[in-house]
Amino acid sequence: MIMFLIRRLCQAIMVMFVISVIGFTLQSGLGDPVRQLLGQAATDADIMALRQSLGLNDPLWLQYLHFAGNAMRLDFGNSYFFHEPALEVIARYLPATLELIVTSAVITLLLAAPMGVYCAIRPRSWLSKTLMGLSVVGISVPVFLTAMVLIQLFSIGIHVTLFPEGTGWGSWLNQALSTQGGMPAYGRGSPVHVWGVWSTNFASWRGWLYLLLPALSLAFVMLPLFVRLIRAEMLEVLESDYVRYARARGIRASRIYFLHALKNTLLPVITLGGVQIGTLAAYTLLTETVFQWPGAGLMFLDAIERADMPLIVAYLMVIGAIFVVINTLVDLLYRVLNPRITISGRPA
Amino acid sequence: MRANPMALLEVEHLDVRFPLRRGEIRAVRDLSFSLERGERLGIVGESGAGKSVLAFSLLKLLSRPGRIVAGKVRFEGRELTSLSERQFRRLRGNRLAMIFQDPLTTLNPVLTIGQQMIESLKAHRRLSTRRARIVAIDKLRQVQVSSPERRLEQYPHQLSGGLCQRVVIAIALLLEPDIIIADEPTTALDVTIQAEIITLLKRLCDEHDVGLIVISHDLGVIGQLTQRTLVMYAGRIVEQGPTREIINDAQHPYTQGLINALPQMTLPRQRLHQIPGSMPTLSEVPSGCAFNPRCAYRMTPEGLPRRDCIENVPQPVRSGECQVACHWVAELIAREPSEERAT
Amino acid sequence: MKQDRAGTETRWRRFGDSYFVYRLRRDRLAQLCLALFVLMMASILAAPWIAPSNPYDLAQIDLLDSELPPFWLAGSEPGFPLGTDAQGRDLLSTILYGARVSIAIGLGAVMLQAMLGTALGLLAGYRGGVIDTLLMRLVDIQLSFSTLMMAIIIGAVVKTAFGGAFYGDYGVVILILVIGLSEWPQYARTVRAKVLVEKHKDYVDAARVLGYSGRRIMLRHILPNTLSPILVISTVQIANAIMAEAALSFLGLGMPETQPSLGSLIKSGFDYLQSGSWWITLLPGLFLVAFVLVVNLLGDWLRDTLNPRLPEGPL
Repeated sequence: MIMFLIRRLCQAIMVMFVISVIGFTLQSGLGDPVRQLLGQAATDADIMALRQSLGLNDPLWLQYLHFAGNAMRLDFGNSYFFHEPALEVIARYLPATLELIVTSAVITLLLAAPMGVYCAIRPRSWLSKTLMGLSVVGISVPVFLTAMVLIQLFSIGIHVTLFPEGTGWGSWLNQALSTQGGMPAYGRGSPVHVWGVWSTNFASWRGWLYLLLPALSLAFVMLPLFVRLIRAEMLEVLESDYVRYARARGIRASRIYFLHALKNTLLPVITLGGVQIGTLAAYTLLTETVFQWPGAGLMFLDAIERADMPLIVAYLMVIGAIFVVINTLVDLLYRVLNPRITISGRPA
Repeated sequence: MRANPMALLEVEHLDVRFPLRRGEIRAVRDLSFSLERGERLGIVGESGAGKSVLAFSLLKLLSRPGRIVAGKVRFEGRELTSLSERQFRRLRGNRLAMIFQDPLTTLNPVLTIGQQMIESLKAHRRLSTRRARIVAIDKLRQVQVSSPERRLEQYPHQLSGGLCQRVVIAIALLLEPDIIIADEPTTALDVTIQAEIITLLKRLCDEHDVGLIVISHDLGVIGQLTQRTLVMYAGRIVEQGPTREIINDAQHPYTQGLINALPQMTLPRQRLHQIPGSMPTLSEVPSGCAFNPRCAYRMTPEGLPRRDCIENVPQPVRSGECQVACHWVAELIAREPSEERAT
Repeated sequence: MKQDRAGTETRWRRFGDSYFVYRLRRDRLAQLCLALFVLMMASILAAPWIAPSNPYDLAQIDLLDSELPPFWLAGSEPGFPLGTDAQGRDLLSTILYGARVSIAIGLGAVMLQAMLGTALGLLAGYRGGVIDTLLMRLVDIQLSFSTLMMAIIIGAVVKTAFGGAFYGDYGVVILILVIGLSEWPQYARTVRAKVLVEKHKDYVDAARVLGYSGRRIMLRHILPNTLSPILVISTVQIANAIMAEAALSFLGLGMPETQPSLGSLIKSGFDYLQSGSWWITLLPGLFLVAFVLVVNLLGDWLRDTLNPRLPEGPL
């Protein structure tokens, strides 16, 4: 256990080092804090003085150490635009993104597990075939398009006039295929403040409404991947000796599917989940853009538009740290759930 | 309780097929046998003879698309093939237990031994978890597993192959079944452990008066473990009788070939015999006697092919204590009863 | 010359008899996908000749024609079968021209990834040791960040570094670089795995005994054996690259509106979704989905066909 943690810690330090070097390169190579601080009218003497006091004339490695030291104290400098510490800006925007990710992850897993299991135990049914066909389509649809279709359907609403309005069945079909719209599709409404520090969409009915479409669009992108993975793994596991043996012992089918088989498919699902967390973060940028969801992703994109370097660097560092933590947690979870690997990494 | 000598398990004219796109595979053909209470029966044959399919068809656990096309399986006089899946589930593991070939892949790798034993008990009995644990520990003691309390917390991969097979035997005995079907129970194990498992199985079956069906390609295992033996070839029984008779005095040419192929410790430097050719795949079994292309006796003494062997499926005939399905043996008996053992 | 022609003829015959063609003949879905793929590629390549108008030519655009609906809706005009966008450009033409840009970027990016990834994967797999450890660590880090995230970050860096105008001018090249640099680990990982398998085979030992250089062994002996997995991931990677391009353009890190790709068409149309002109954004989206879907299905089919037993000879 301790060995595992030490190894993971070394890896994490390495990753963070790489990210910090990238961040530093950005900061020193692209950001020009002197111009930002003094404005265009500054004299050369002023600039030189400020460069000296900011340590910009020091050798690069010293500048990096300075940067890394600040980063370790969680000081990434002030955002040019917000004029407050970059990390505080991120801390303000991050919860909205996390709420989005958590909600869509929960939706994904709740739908993917039963769908995947069903497709594996009834591979020939029409429902399975439909689901598998849809999943191939789903993989090919970019998340922002899903988001837009959801907006069109449930926020704007569609009025179908494809069938002849005069006939009874025609107008009925038109009615049935049309949607009302009305779902909120812009921003996160007015989140409720709880415990003083956290403003959340989870605490009110309105909040959930605002969350629903963005979370669904993210979930629909992840869903096909997981359904396909769970199905493939389940199909393999269902052929295994131990499933047959469980049947030979007279264990109930539901227990075989949802305990014996699903528990064995969990490990690859967790691995995929870990890998997909990064993709999910990238997708939140897109989803947040479509829905103007005021999260960290939208903030990052605005920062790029404004060339707000401290904010960009801080965002990269924070996202990097989150990835490292989540990957470690996923590894840990994998080990906890897989009895064949002891926590120290040695096969038992 | 059971006063009449009626067999515990009766299989009549069982026929199992796998309809595939490129033709049907007939894995078990018109096969009949019976098992008495407490009897230990062996089924021997090369791999691909349909032994395992037979075993799984008895438990209705055939993998897709296999199905029982005809025949009856009667357990205590009750017809099994027509039972619903739900009714059959109550029998599996409860009255009819099974032991699989490879103990390491048989047990679920992500569940502890205890979880799997307790769920077996709870699937058929109303028991508290604590009671189930006590029963499980008791059974583990019976199969001579050391420190059973600790084993319950362990995962299968933490146990050796031999130990796993003991656990599997303990699980088979958990619900005091009437029949245990063991499919190659020792094949995946080391030779020394094989002997231990064989002794254990034999003793436990006697103690609990359990009927045992052992399936193996290894005549050695069958010889040590069983009282009666069926020899299977291409989905049919070609010879059956007391194990000792089969091994000492086989009559069917195929059985003779199997026995001659056994290495004999007492005769060093002797070349092993082998049966020429190989078993037909179950989708293209030759007409007549399925063994005829490999058989040394398919020619008459005059050097002509025996027409019967190629055209007609041989029916079992009584020969001493055995039943043999072979035209050549049948001819011998018909011609000269006293000379029937002229091999 | 003559011999050459005979050679190609037998080669064609061999191709016709191969397992590959045999599988294609039996699979309806694959045939349909291939037909659709060929149709789409052909119409994209022939865009200058078949498109009703040239969206780059400002003289052909009339702002009065803006936001016309496609032909099946009321208010459509015959000159614009799929309607027009907010600037009055014919949507069918912009889609065809946009798809040209998207596919050019996709192919370019995949070529870059393939070269980079294959070279590094070969090196890591064949040399092993420190090179292998370092490269694979890099691959792990990059993949755990997700390739799309990587592309966005690189794109963002380039944009902040050189400014939006520069980005707009060299959009195609920048996007190829960005996507190529972020997705190569897929190739490196696949090639390395295959090399590790091939490395210990007899023919490699034989080549080594003959005294060939490591470079020659890698390029002439091992590389040809890694081609089929490379081919399989390449189809999927093309689909991925086109999706990545669309995502980047949608975020404003891609092609400018003056030379739109499918992604930037979707982005510019998005603003008009609320005003009811859904076709400006959803029709290019539909084309994108259809193309990616077809490529993905072909990729799946190729994987199934090539994986079970790799037929020797022509492919």
